[in-house]
Amino acid sequence: MIIRWLLLILGGVLLGGIVHLATVILLPRTATQDAYARLTPIAPVNTVVALPAPTPEKAIMPFMDPAFASAVCRYDLSQGPLKLRVPVSPAYTSVSFYTRNDVAYYAINDRAAGRRVIELDLMTTAQHDQVPEDEEITAADRLIVESPTVTGVIAIRAMAPEPGLMRAAQAAIAGARCGTAQPEPPPPTPQPQPQPRPRR
Amino acid sequence: MRLLIGTLFGLAIAAIVGLGLTYLSLTRGTAFGGLSIDSWTAWPKSGTTDADPYVRASIARSGRLPTAMGDGVSFTLQSDDEGKVLDGRCDVVISGVTPVARFWTMTLYNPNGALVANSTNRYGFTSQEIVRRSDGTFEIVVSPRASAGNWLPTGGVERYELILRLYDTAVGVSTKAGREVPMPDVMTRSCP
Repeated sequence: MIIRWLLLILGGVLLGGIVHLATVILLPRTATQDAYARLTPIAPVNTVVALPAPTPEKAIMPFMDPAFASAVCRYDLSQGPLKLRVPVSPAYTSVSFYTRNDVAYYAINDRAAGRRVIELDLMTTAQHDQVPEDEEITAADRLIVESPTVTGVIAIRAMAPEPGLMRAAQAAIAGARCGTAQPEPPPPTPQPQPQPRPRR
Repeated sequence: MRLLIGTLFGLAIAAIVGLGLTYLSLTRGTAFGGLSIDSWTAWPKSGTTDADPYVRASIARSGRLPTAMGDGVSFTLQSDDEGKVLDGRCDVVISGVTPVARFWTMTLYNPNGALVANSTNRYGFTSQEIVRRSDGTFEIVVSPRASAGNWLPTGGVERYELILRLYDTAVGVSTKAGREVPMPDVMTRSCP
């Protein structure tokens, strides 16, 4: 009789271990308050949206760094690759890429980009495979980033090392643009086609 | 009937054990895979696609976007060098130097990740704002009462955590605790 109950407890604990692992693995797919879900109501797809600075009363996401001006581009690559253009701020600018499940897969900062504007193309692996090889060579100074998921979030952040520089950081962020490569829908601001320019 | 009761009993244990473990592992912080230097802990892998399922679940549950590798690395501080949990009613002194980075910021949050309200609207320091001694070291006083020098107000909250973010730094996944990564000392000086 006691052995029967002990076996039931043992079985329950073993099954509990499976439940634990299953919930941990499934949780990111079912989370309704993750960063992507928090950004969805305020950030239309394939547009740069500036985020309000975090305050004690209100912040879009927890653990935001108050020394940064930030913006996001929630992207959807199903209509084609995305072009991203971020002018760098005087201090420090970074662009981080996250999948639909908030996993960071790539980040670049102003120094690594090595110029006044961070410019890159974001596409899925399948879209990258379709890029003609010669085009890739002429565009050798264009950075191509592959997204593991069709949707995701790009976080664009510029630092204000002291409060007086926050305005400059916000101004740099305000110049950031993201959008699909095909100019079929009229772009919000006329952008010159990226000419193959001499490399520095 | 006995079979039914036994099955329900086993399933109840499975549910309690399974969901309990998940809840604990996500709220108490996932200790493994972290880079601990003194009392500071970072999870450099949380900013990469190598993030393990626990880190992923914890990120999704909290709703934050982790600091990506290539951007920087975040160190969290929850207790002082003697293991005493940080108390917002005490004077805590952070002193020393940080690992090499182009910029760093130190920010005070409540355990939910919100900034803590205070009369001066100061939520943290950046490497450029900090006042340093002639030898390059700095001292930050984290305290509810105004203090000379680098004062970081706690607003008198009971629990808080400090996050030191290093931007554009070599500290990362391959870093081992050691002399190249000197973290600031943390001491609770006085408690009312």
